[in-house]
Amino acid sequence: MRPFLALLRRDLGLAFRHGAETLLGAIFFTLALSLFPLGVGASADILARIGAGVIWVLALFAVLLTLERLYQSDYEDGSLELMVLAPVPLELLVFAKCLAHWLTSGLLLVAMSPLLALLMALPAEAYWVLPAALLLGTPTLTLIGSIGAALLVGSRRGSALTALLVLPLYIPVLIFGVSAVDGYLMGLGGGAQMGILGAMLLFAMALAPPATAAALRVALE
Amino acid sequence: MHGYANPLRFQRIADAVLPWVAVALLVLTPIGLYQALVLAPPDYQQGEAARIMYVHVPAAWLATFTYALIAIASVVALVWRHPLAEVAARAAAPVGAAFTAIALVTGSVWGKPMWGTWWVWDARLTSVLILFFLYLGYIALHDAFEDPARGARAASILALVGAVNLPIIKFSVDWWNTLHQPSSILRLDGPTIAPSMLWPLLTMVVVFKLYLVLVLILRMRGQLAQRQIHNLRARGAAGAGV
Repeated sequence: MRPFLALLRRDLGLAFRHGAETLLGAIFFTLALSLFPLGVGASADILARIGAGVIWVLALFAVLLTLERLYQSDYEDGSLELMVLAPVPLELLVFAKCLAHWLTSGLLLVAMSPLLALLMALPAEAYWVLPAALLLGTPTLTLIGSIGAALLVGSRRGSALTALLVLPLYIPVLIFGVSAVDGYLMGLGGGAQMGILGAMLLFAMALAPPATAAALRVALE
Repeated sequence: MHGYANPLRFQRIADAVLPWVAVALLVLTPIGLYQALVLAPPDYQQGEAARIMYVHVPAAWLATFTYALIAIASVVALVWRHPLAEVAARAAAPVGAAFTAIALVTGSVWGKPMWGTWWVWDARLTSVLILFFLYLGYIALHDAFEDPARGARAASILALVGAVNLPIIKFSVDWWNTLHQPSSILRLDGPTIAPSMLWPLLTMVVVFKLYLVLVLILRMRGQLAQRQIHNLRARGAAGAGV
């Protein structure tokens, strides 16, 4: 457990020290959202109709944008090699890195989502439904993205290929995330979709660390 | 299992199998097409338009089948470091992507007269579209590295991760209430399709499968030859250096 906490503390420390870079995802999240009222018209009923979907899609992109910092810099300065060689399960270290990544990317999006719901003129219920759904969904995005980031460590082409690898795997989270929020907002209830989001999170927690670890071992062979 | 890892033995088996596959394909293709386009009765609801099924269904089956093949080959490649499995998986990927594209396009052409729209975002169509992108991602990742061995292994891991999509495609028509019709052939209570339509369909499935085998053998041979040329060149360069 000590290496886990040490790595978590190191990654969080690095993220705080590179404050602007860490906030980039959250800034993108807000900035991109503000384009939609300009693009589709600012009438409240249109915005409320598409609000949940737009916010979820932007959350996907915001997480995607920050994936590259997950392993690439560790690969370049050699610390990734030490993690692979360490006498600690690599899966555990991967999990620590994902947790640190989520705390500095996904959690920010969760915290900001009520504000975005306000900007998209969503009904008051969305102020708790949207963060709740994102709280269950964004860790899954980090975990799935970690596989894609690890597969591409050290490759010649970066982010465009990450999107091609990761976005198809994000689609289930998007579908159930949006339908959970829309379900609550339309008064149909979204408990089942929330349950599926939770199930996907558990699946990702079980499967993503070993897959990521395998990908990192291949990268450093 | 490791007996088949020898590329020379693969070449011998491939050389023996290839003419038979080619002949069977040449014979069965006109038979299958004749059955499908002439002998099979038009559908009582959909009329002649339903004949596109004889291309659409085999293509869609083969699209998922090829991905399953790639996933299995990837497991073999990762666990036993089987060199031919990687070659087979990479050789199958563009073929699978082509089958997926055919299934999507023919489905779209079929959907226009039947559903009144080229495309709907229902679960089956969406999951097959995801499959198409998984194929593209697999191919792109495979070729993204200077070191081909690294690309092959990374792509194998991706293929395994993407395999979670296969059951979603298969059961999407049962889990969700979709516009795409549920399965009418592989059912526990027997096929609900008329035998006069089932037989041409099965013939076409065999034709598509033979085509897959044929192209797979040709592409694997090509890749092995390429590798040999690469090795000979490297040896030649090393020799010249001394």
